Amino acid sequence: MKYVDEYRDPAIAIALAGQINHASTKPWVLMEVCGGQTHTLMRYGIGDLIPDSVELVHGPGCPVCVTPLEMIDQAIVLAGRPDTIFTSYGDMLRVPGSRRDLFQARSEGADVRIVYSPMDAVQIARANPAKQVVFFGVGFETTAPANAMAVWQARKEGLQNFSMLVSHVLVPPAMRLILQSPGNRVQGFIAPGHVCAIMGFREYADLAREFHVPIVVGGFEPVDLLEAISMLVAQLETGRAEVENQYSRSVDYLGNRAAQNIMREVFTVTNRKWRGIGEIGSSGLRLKDEFAAFDAEKVFELQSLHVEEPRECVSALVLQGRCKPAQCPAFGTTCTPMHPLGAPMVSAEGACAAWYQYKRHD
Amino acid sequence: MTETLTIKQLAFTCPLPVPAHDRIVLGHGSGGRLSADLLRDVFLQRFSNPVLDRLDDQAVFPIGGAHVAFTTDSFVVQPLFFPGGDIGSLAVHGTVNDLAMAGATPLYISAAFIVEEGLPIGMLRRVADSMANAAEAAGVMIVTGDTKVVERGKGDGVFITTTGIGIVPPGIRMSASEVQPGDIVILSGYIGDHGIAILSSREGLQFDTTILSDSAPLHGLVASMLAASTGIRCMRDPTRGGLSSTLNEIATASGVGIEVVEHKIPVRDEVRGACELLGLDPMYVANEGKLVAVVAPEAAEAVLDAMRNHPLGADAAMIGMAVRDDPGLVTMKTAFGSTRIVDLLPGDQLPRIC
Repeated sequence: MKYVDEYRDPAIAIALAGQINHASTKPWVLMEVCGGQTHTLMRYGIGDLIPDSVELVHGPGCPVCVTPLEMIDQAIVLAGRPDTIFTSYGDMLRVPGSRRDLFQARSEGADVRIVYSPMDAVQIARANPAKQVVFFGVGFETTAPANAMAVWQARKEGLQNFSMLVSHVLVPPAMRLILQSPGNRVQGFIAPGHVCAIMGFREYADLAREFHVPIVVGGFEPVDLLEAISMLVAQLETGRAEVENQYSRSVDYLGNRAAQNIMREVFTVTNRKWRGIGEIGSSGLRLKDEFAAFDAEKVFELQSLHVEEPRECVSALVLQGRCKPAQCPAFGTTCTPMHPLGAPMVSAEGACAAWYQYKRHD
Repeated sequence: MTETLTIKQLAFTCPLPVPAHDRIVLGHGSGGRLSADLLRDVFLQRFSNPVLDRLDDQAVFPIGGAHVAFTTDSFVVQPLFFPGGDIGSLAVHGTVNDLAMAGATPLYISAAFIVEEGLPIGMLRRVADSMANAAEAAGVMIVTGDTKVVERGKGDGVFITTTGIGIVPPGIRMSASEVQPGDIVILSGYIGDHGIAILSSREGLQFDTTILSDSAPLHGLVASMLAASTGIRCMRDPTRGGLSSTLNEIATASGVGIEVVEHKIPVRDEVRGACELLGLDPMYVANEGKLVAVVAPEAAEAVLDAMRNHPLGADAAMIGMAVRDDPGLVTMKTAFGSTRIVDLLPGDQLPRIC
């Protein structure tokens, strides 16, 4: 498969691993921010190829994992309303709220449908004018433009029955939180390539300068990640802290302007709560007031639910790269994909689920 | 545990577990771990007997000196007609294959139809035509049946249940519990074709692919394999839940580990492409015309040759072996030389967000 196979070539990967081995003289702790990257690292066993002195820790970049409990509970409340069709990406249906998940809501009669694009939800709204159609707008900067486009299109068509439950989060504020946290161990970041394809990477220059930390924009294939690791090690070994772009086939400095424009037109930056971490200032997106008619939280006057998240696992530490999944006492015993205690065990992209799926016998 | 103290100080918290399901969710029908739990908790403990407890795809028991294979399967596919097949041919092939996996010669099939009010009779005729053709081609007779009609909205066009009966030739004894360390795992061809063909034809998922369902009756292939060697320990067709579920079932039933080699597993480029796009893993995508055989090492070459000489096994490949280590666990050697676990999924494979 063109544009994929060359980035999965074992010979290139092994050569890159050799380069990393050769270049690293000290222990380094690197974080891949995005859950998709974590998945690739696990799937291909990249950790086994590179020297033990280069430690990879998994970042908070799994949208499923960081969507707060309240938001899942609100989704379940909305899904249970009469004459309502609740639409979502498939991943979100298994995420436990405080008592149940959307799959269970569906088994109790709620009309919950998996869609592959927010425009599919708009189409469902057109086809069902007597029903309220709500789309669960989650994700990082990657999914925000398409979600913005769906709201924009719905307004353009004057759809009265389409709205979005928005729980968008942004990557740079989460990286800042990790860097500021007193227990931070991360010395270099692989920035999420898909997010940067939208946003460019100018936002990361401030972080690199302020915290003197190298950041390499990385892709999602094994060769991409090994190359990014090699670039980070080269920077660390020579004391540099720059933003570099490994994923240049998809990412440039300024990003996708059209996507940024539609995001800016529809969304505005807001504080957001991250599951397992807590509220982070200016770390999310909400619909602008002029789109209030499409904001499910306003349309349905959802009372602001506050749900206490019980302290049962160390997912906050895992999401910040301060603890490996297997170091959690609950990992693989009381916390499994069948009975997740923490969100990182729920999504296939979650660090704990990826460890469980690919590495638990290590 | 200083780190744990730190989280408490910072009030970093974690979500609650979801309580056990008290209602059926769709994942209970996925062929993954939820399905296995449902089977164990609801059915097996109530129906338990030595024939059922073998948990093969068919029951095999003696009647009047003959070894009879007996199986049943329900078909609820949407859309009813898909590239490369339809619910009718699938209902025949599925049951023929479950019999064939015991080495049985399929003989007779029953067909029960639950039809939804409003279904065009022309459509039912097309389904019945397809079943008749599939049965004739497979050399089985549909000898009894039943029809029920449910109110509009209480079905999904038509559901079909087929039950089949066949005879296992003397001397054949295959079961998922017969596998021993050192045995070789052979796969009959490309995986994922059926699942991707179905997905590509579903409403709301618009991508064009030339992939056809692999739906096919496998008893001819099985017969030529059995003629080539007596060293076949077990056969399974990796349908719902895909190759990973089948390998996990065999590993569990036999108490062995199974190691497969990623690059030896045949996956078409189009299927890989569709899986990349949708965030799916072909190891979990359904097949309807493939089989996995686990064979004694000395029999592997002969069985593989016999398979490759049959049209439905032309792309057969040795994909791995059973091992003593890690009983019940399936692992995969990647092209990078690393190893990963190939687990049962809890429920359905869900397309990832990004």
